[in-house]
This record gives sequence, C-alpha cells and structure tokens, in this order.
Amino acid sequence: MINTIFLYALAGVGLFSLGLYALIVHAHLLRKILAINIMGSGVFLVLVSLADRTQGIAPDPVPHAMVITGIVVAVSATALALTLMLRVRSETGQAELLEEPPK
Amino acid sequence: MNLIFDTHWVMMLILLPLFGAVACFLWSRQAVTLGLITAVSVLLSVIALTLQVLEQGTLRYAVGGWGAPLGIDLYVDGLSLLMLIVTAVVGVAISVYSSAYFKPGKAKHYWPLWMFLWAALNSLFLSADIFNLYVTLELMGLAAVALVALSGSASALAAAMRYLLISLLGSLFYLMGVALLYHAYGTVDIALLAQQVESSPAVWAAIGLMVTGLLLKIALFPLHFWLPAAHSSAPAPVSALLSALVVKASFYILLRLWLDVFPEANLALSYLLGLLGASAIIWGGIQALYQTRLKLLIAYSTVMQIGYLFLAFPLASIIGWKAVFYLLLSHAIAKTAMFMAAGNILFYGGHDQIADLDRVAQRLPITLTAFGLAGISLMGLPPSGGFIAKWLLLEAIILSGQWWWAIILIAGGLLTGAYVFKVIGFAFTQAEVPHEPRMVPKRMEWVTLTVAVLAIMLGFMAPQLLALMDLGAPFGETMS
Amino acid sequence: MNWAFWLPLLIVLSSLLAALVIFILPEEKTKTRIGLNIGAALLKIVLVAIMLWGVHSGYQFETRLPLLPGLELVLRADTLAMLFVALSAGLWLLTTVYAIGYLEDSPHRSRFFGFFGLCVTATVGVALAGNLITFLLFYELLTLATYPLIIHRGTEAARKAGRTYLIYTLAGGALLLIGTVWLYTLTGTLEFTARGFLSTLDSMHHPALIIIFVLLITGLGVKAALFPLHGWLPQAMVAPAPVSALLHAVAVVKAGAFGIIRVIYDVFGIEFSASLGVTLPLAIVASVTIIYASVRALFQDDLKRRLAFSTVSQVSYITLGVAIVGPLATIGGIVHLVHQGVMKITLFFCAGNLAETLGIHKVSEMSGVGRRMPWTMAAFTIGAFGMIGAPPLAGFISKWYLGLGALQAGQDWVIFVLAGSTLLNAAYFLPILYAAWFGKSTGSWPNERNIGRYETSLALLIPPVITAILAVLLGLLASVPFSPLEWTRLITSLEYTP
Repeated sequence: MINTIFLYALAGVGLFSLGLYALIVHAHLLRKILAINIMGSGVFLVLVSLADRTQGIAPDPVPHAMVITGIVVAVSATALALTLMLRVRSETGQAELLEEPPK
Repeated sequence: MNLIFDTHWVMMLILLPLFGAVACFLWSRQAVTLGLITAVSVLLSVIALTLQVLEQGTLRYAVGGWGAPLGIDLYVDGLSLLMLIVTAVVGVAISVYSSAYFKPGKAKHYWPLWMFLWAALNSLFLSADIFNLYVTLELMGLAAVALVALSGSASALAAAMRYLLISLLGSLFYLMGVALLYHAYGTVDIALLAQQVESSPAVWAAIGLMVTGLLLKIALFPLHFWLPAAHSSAPAPVSALLSALVVKASFYILLRLWLDVFPEANLALSYLLGLLGASAIIWGGIQALYQTRLKLLIAYSTVMQIGYLFLAFPLASIIGWKAVFYLLLSHAIAKTAMFMAAGNILFYGGHDQIADLDRVAQRLPITLTAFGLAGISLMGLPPSGGFIAKWLLLEAIILSGQWWWAIILIAGGLLTGAYVFKVIGFAFTQAEVPHEPRMVPKRMEWVTLTVAVLAIMLGFMAPQLLALMDLGAPFGETMS
Repeated sequence: MNWAFWLPLLIVLSSLLAALVIFILPEEKTKTRIGLNIGAALLKIVLVAIMLWGVHSGYQFETRLPLLPGLELVLRADTLAMLFVALSAGLWLLTTVYAIGYLEDSPHRSRFFGFFGLCVTATVGVALAGNLITFLLFYELLTLATYPLIIHRGTEAARKAGRTYLIYTLAGGALLLIGTVWLYTLTGTLEFTARGFLSTLDSMHHPALIIIFVLLITGLGVKAALFPLHGWLPQAMVAPAPVSALLHAVAVVKAGAFGIIRVIYDVFGIEFSASLGVTLPLAIVASVTIIYASVRALFQDDLKRRLAFSTVSQVSYITLGVAIVGPLATIGGIVHLVHQGVMKITLFFCAGNLAETLGIHKVSEMSGVGRRMPWTMAAFTIGAFGMIGAPPLAGFISKWYLGLGALQAGQDWVIFVLAGSTLLNAAYFLPILYAAWFGKSTGSWPNERNIGRYETSLALLIPPVITAILAVLLGLLASVPFSPLEWTRLITSLEYTP
C-alpha cells in the first residue's frame, strides 16, 4: 500500500527533474514554458500522493485544496508566459533568449 | 467602539490595493487619481495597524473565521509590521513619482499592475503559513514580471521573460519543499511547524529545496544573473519597486523560515550562505564599479547589498539579525531614492551613460543631492540608516569572533563609496558630447529628495525601530 | 529653556541651518546669502563666547540624544572642546568674509557656501563630540562635506583630486569605525573621560587594545596627514583658496589631530597609553612626518603645494607634543592646534590674494611682489616667521613648550627634530620672503586684475591682516587669562594625575 503511494511520489520527483533538465537544455521559449509546466505537475503529483498520510482513513483534503490553488496559479503564469513569448518573438523575430550580456 | 483598535486593518491592507487595482483597471482614465487615493489610504491603514499593534501586541487573524488548517491565518509581529510600513512608505513615494513619470498610454497598464503587486506584497508579509506564502510569492512574481515588460522594448521583454522563468522555477522548488514539510508534519502553519519540526532527512530535503528556490528569487550570488537585466531595463519606478521591495519579500520568507521553522540551523549551511553573501558583496561591488550605465550600476549595487543580508546567518545572534533587518529597511528606502534619481537623470538627458552625465550637479541639483544622500546610506556612512545597520553588524561580527566578515563589510563599504562617488564626480564635470535636455517634472525631483532624506533620517530612528522589531520576539528573546 | 542642554546643539545648528537655507537660495540672491553667512558666523561666535565664559565659570553644557540602544549622541563642552570650537568659530567668520570676496563673480556660490557651512558644522561637531561615536559621526560628515568643495571647479584635475581624497579618507574612516566598534564591544561605553576609561580593563585585553589604538590612530592619521597617509593633502590644493585656507589648513587636518588628542587623553589616558608602549612609536612617526614633509616642501615651486607640505609638517607638531608623555609637551602640542591654525590660515589667505589679484601661483613668480602688495606680504611674512618659530610670535610659544616638554620627559632626541625642522622651515620660507621684498620685479604679473583703490579688494585683505595680528598677539599675550596657552594649561592639568 505505502509502496504505491511512494511510487506516485517518486514519479512526481521524476517529472520535476525531467522538467528542470528540459528547462535548462532547451533554448526555445515554448519548450521552456512546457518544461516549467511539467515541473509543476511533478510537484502537484507529490502533493496529492503524499496526502494519504494515515492508512485506512480518507485522505487528507488539504493537499487537494493546495493543488487546486496551485493549478490556478500555474494557468495564469502560463498565460502570462505565452503572451510574453509572443511579444518577444514579434520584437526580436525569434522566440529565444539570446545570451547577451546586458548593455 | 474605537475605530482604530477595533477595525480589521490587516484585511484593509490586502483589500484596499486589490480594490484599487480593479478600480484602476475599470476606470483607466482616472487611474492616476485612483492609484494615489489607494496609496494614501494604504499608508493610513498601516499607521492605524501600527497603533493597534502597539496597543494590543502581536495580532493573529483568521480570514473569514475559518482558521487553520483549511482557512488562512494572518499574523502581525514586529517583522511583518516593519515590512508593511516600509512597503507603504516606499509605495506612496513611488505612486507620487509614477503619477508624473508615465504617459497616459503606459499609465493605464502600470497602475492596476502596481496596485496588484502591492496587494500581493502586503498579503505575503501577513501570511502565517508556508503555503499561503507560496501563493503570494507567485502573485507578486507575476505582477513584477508584467511591470518589467511594461516599456515594451526588446531588451525589457527578454529580461521579463527570463525573470518570469526564474521566478516560476524558484517558486516550484519552494512548493516542493512545502509538500515535503506538509507530508512530514501535516500542517503548513508556521507557528505549529515551529513547535514540531525536528532534524530529519525529509526536513533537510525540504530546507534544501526551499532555500534554493528562495535564493534564486532573492538573486544571491551566483544566482543573481537575471537581476541586473530585469532591474535595469524596467521603467525607473518599477526598478525601484523591484530592488526595494520584491527581492526583499523573498528574503523575508527565508528569514521567517530560518528563524521559526528550520530546526537548529545547520552550521555548514549558514556558513555557506555567509560565504555566498560575502562573494556577492565583492563581486557585485566590482561589477557595479565597472558599469558604464547608471541603472545597471544601481542594479549591481542591489546584487551587492543582498549579499550583506546573508552575513547574519553565520553569526546567528539577535543583534546580527536586527542589523541585517535594519539594513534591509535602509536599503529599501535608499535604493528607491537612487533608482528615482536615475529615472530623473534618464528623463532629463535621455540616456544614463555615467561618463556623459554632463554637469547634472548644476542642472539637477535636487536629484543629485538625493543620489548623494542615498549613496551615504548605502556606503554606511553616518548619519544614515545604513550606518546604524553597519554599526550593529560590525558589533555582531566582533562579538561572534568571526572577524573575517568585518573585512568583507569594510571592503564592501569602500567599494560602494567608489561607485557612488564615481557617479557624483562625473556629475560635476562636463561631457564631451552634449545632450538635448528635457525638463524633469518638479514632483519627481522633490519626491526623490524626500525619500533620500528619509534614508538619512533612519539614522536617528534606531531606538524606535529596534524596539518595534522586538514585538513578538521574531529573532528570539533578548537577554536584557 | 535649558541652556545646558540647548547651547551645544545651537552652536552646531547655527551653521547647519544656515547651510541648508543657503542650498536652496537662488544663485542671484547675493545679498541674502551674504547676510545669512555673516549672520550665522557672528551668531556662532556669540554663542561660543557665552559658552566659553560658562565653561570657565564651571557650568556644564551637555546635549544628549538617543542614537542606538546604549549609545547616545553627546555634545559636551569641556575645556579641550572649547579650544577647538573657539578656533573654528573665529576662523570661520574671517574665512567667510574672505570667501565672499574671493568668489565674487564665480558660479555656483549657493552650493559652495552651503557645503562650506556643512564643513564648519562638522568641525564644530567634531570638537564638541562627547563620545567616540559622536566624534565618528561628525568626522565622516566632514569628509562628505569637503568632497564637493574639492571638486567645486568641475575640472578633470579637481575630479581626480577628489577621488584621491576620498580613497584616503573613506579608508581611514573605515579603520576608525572598526576600532570604535571593537572598543565598544570590550567596554560597553565610548564616553570621553579625562585620563581615559580603559586602564581598569583586564590585562588580557591589552593586545587587543594595542590593535585598537593602531586602528584608531591610523584612521585619524589620514586626516592629520601623518606620513605616509598625507598624500591627499597636496593634491587637494586644486580647491578654491578659502577651502584650502580654512579646511585643509585648519578644519580637516585639525579634526584628525584633535581626534588623536582625544583618543590618547580621553579614551586611553596618557599614562595608560605610555604603559601600553604605544606613545613612543607615534612620536617617531610624527617626527619622521615633520622632517620628511619639510624636505618635500623645499622642492615645491607651486606656492600652495609648498604650504600644503608645510601643513603636513606643522600639524605633526601637535601629534608629537601629545605623544611625548609629559605635561609641558602636552601644552606645546595642544596650543599648537590654535597657533598653527592662525598662522597657516594667514599664509593661505595671502597665497589666495596673490593668485586672485596678480595670477601668481608659483614661488618663482613672486620676485618683487612685496612692493606691489605690501600689506599682503607683510601678513605673509609674519605667518612665515611664526612657522619658523621666531620669538615673540605664536609659533615660538609652541616650540618652546615642546622643547621643554621633551627635556622634561627625558626624550632629548626630540630637540634635534625641532631644530632640524626649524632650519628646514627657514630654508623654504626665507627665500620666498627675500625674493618678495628684495627681488627685482619682473615688470608684469602673469594675470593682473585691477581691483580698486587698495592692493586688492578689502574683503580679501582684511582677513589675513587680522590673522597676522592675532599671530603676534597670541605670542605676546600668551600668559593673559583666556589666551590659548592659559586655557591649554587648564586642559593639561586635568589630564595628568597629580
């Protein structure tokens, strides 16, 4: 029983790490935004899976409330990120961040 | 029925700017007026809250009467109160400044975002649980990113995009830590966690994640790479907000967690933070010195000043914490004045190349005076808030016997002196290429000076402010 | 109204408020500005005179304001403070008159006089400081307020000189800060006390105290221009003449020297300092400075630079007198604080007159100038002879007591330093005097200006004549009550255990 839950949590951590990796290696902004979203899903998975703290009793509702709040935040952040990405592309012609030193 | 003592001012502090944001959005033609009215009423509410807290002691308030664990608790002690006060003071000043700075086209975007940011900041400082801190942190981040993008230039958009990604990344690290802590203790309430948390692998993993996430947002060296671009490409009032308040809010969370939630802090980690802080001071200082643009110089100065805040971690003494908190307040005020001054100079000459300041000392004497006064506080010279902070920090360093931090502290002060006076020196001399000047609105100049004078006045308010910090003993009980 | 509380504060505020008003005064309001300047200077003198009389009759004047928990901002009028306050207040008035004449047509006068007032405020604050943190506060304020005066002209050279000045003084201030905080963590107090407050401290702290002493004296030595920390002073001579006259010859270097006196007498206590073994090295450093700077002065052709090196040398007399442990040397050192100030300001006023009226900046251009500007050169001559130490001028009194004090303390070698320095002083001043009075006039001056009936404008002429007369009187009337010498005897009697 505890092992299944642990598995879910581990999967969450896996998603989190995968997202982090993708965020670092990919230059395209859309990929970066997706990577952030995957990381977020990882965290949510950990939260929800660990909600089953006491065996046998109904799971703790608080983490679910947190995840719902988190999803709302993530959606708005993604919306902002996408808008910004489009603006960056229309200004610079490409949806990537150039590694230029600020001058 | 006493108006001051019975009103729920904590709620007012969140609702007022929130309503202000909506109102500025709906009636965008009156945004400036509405924004200013909101700013002043928030300031008045903070004053009322201060009176209330002085009379009744620390406050705990359950929103909607729900209470933990499902409801949201708000908490006011000396630490949060001072953050609210400094936010309100800086907020009013920036509002006045912005009322003249933005053209109508920009103003209608600026005001709702800024009011929204203010609401996020206030609720962050009032939050009593680590999950609510996450939510407010995200709200603050989103508003800040949108403000950075406001000028619409390619560099500003790129800086905003990078800032957003960093901000989200930091928040997710933090949230992962929250998940682990909740799993271990079944609560997110800071006070409850403080009673229960013990050293365990899960807790250490949580600390690692949360500290990393927050350091990203605070921009502690070497995680500062995103800050100079973001802070310098934003419009001047936004730069001021970011440097003065937004990075401080993340530091505030770290401070809260470190003091209350984390178990007897790990010595190695605290030394690591101190070391990073020291590197930030030296690196940021040297970078600032080599900048050719004024706003970048000021942004690197923020990187440096953030470093100071971390010197208290290895000292782990009440006086050390008070010193850096005093520094945080002084820096918030001084940096606001400095970015405003840079904004005036930029407004006037259309550029902020330091070597071409071209006798700004003669042409914008009020602005340059403000810059100088703010610089005095940053250098930690008397009489100023920065001096009081430096004195206390030096005292804490010497009392702890870790004298090597004193060398960093002094070197940092001298580096600050070097880059502040570099600017002032060029402000007195004539530039080779003259620029066509544009009149700076008087209001912008005077509010800059007022804030700068306040940075100096903080040097005379130490007894009162230090007493306020003791409310609720956030740094632990004093011996005396 | 509680005079004991308000008077020290008022003395500080009189110039501070005037300065702040002058800052916001429009440039063209010349009359108002002159009125404010002179009015504030006169007011300060009256207040100082009242306080002088009060201190002499045994009143205690003290202002205390909270600054930090356990630490206060203290302004206290003790006898030593009064000596420096009276000197600064008196010379401020004369220099203000001089500066009004000097800067008559130049731009940015509001800014100039504003910072000028701030400098005097800081100097008076340094003098009245009743504890080390208050001292530090005004000491740093002095640094900040002088900087804009050095770069006032806005030239590239001025900006560079300002940078040098800041590198020295900010670093010095930092050392002073560390020493002060360290001292505070050891003792829990920083209050100046006659004969010091450290002798009761456990002897295990003595090594730390020696380091603190070095930190404090090094920090102060920058402004007191002790070798090798003097490099900023000759460079700072790019500032306008009144700035060189009051600030670099009197206020800034004196603030350093005064701080050294305070630290040795009222923090460590002279006898305790001697027992720590720190006074002899300091005396040696001071002696080296005296000789070295005199030699450097010999080779300067720029008149103001020559005077600057002379200042470096002469200010170290004060340090030397203090570091020789003995009452007579103490008298010689402390009284030189006043005597050197009066004489050196005379010389700088005269140098300013030569530059402003005839465009003379170099010693080599001064041939025959005595016949063109007799009053100025007469004053210069008195100042120069005073510096050499010729009786009966003020400088003689200082050297006499220094010599006697050295013998009394068994430090005979100091006599050679004094003799050597006197010879060098003569060597770099007498040729100037000879050329000015007896040299052949070259006929035309580099940049002559017609300034009216007198040899130069009265505002420029009267101040040096007054200070020259003072230099004579201070020597002749040295034993009259209220003279600096008598006042110094009073100070000294408090610092040594009978």
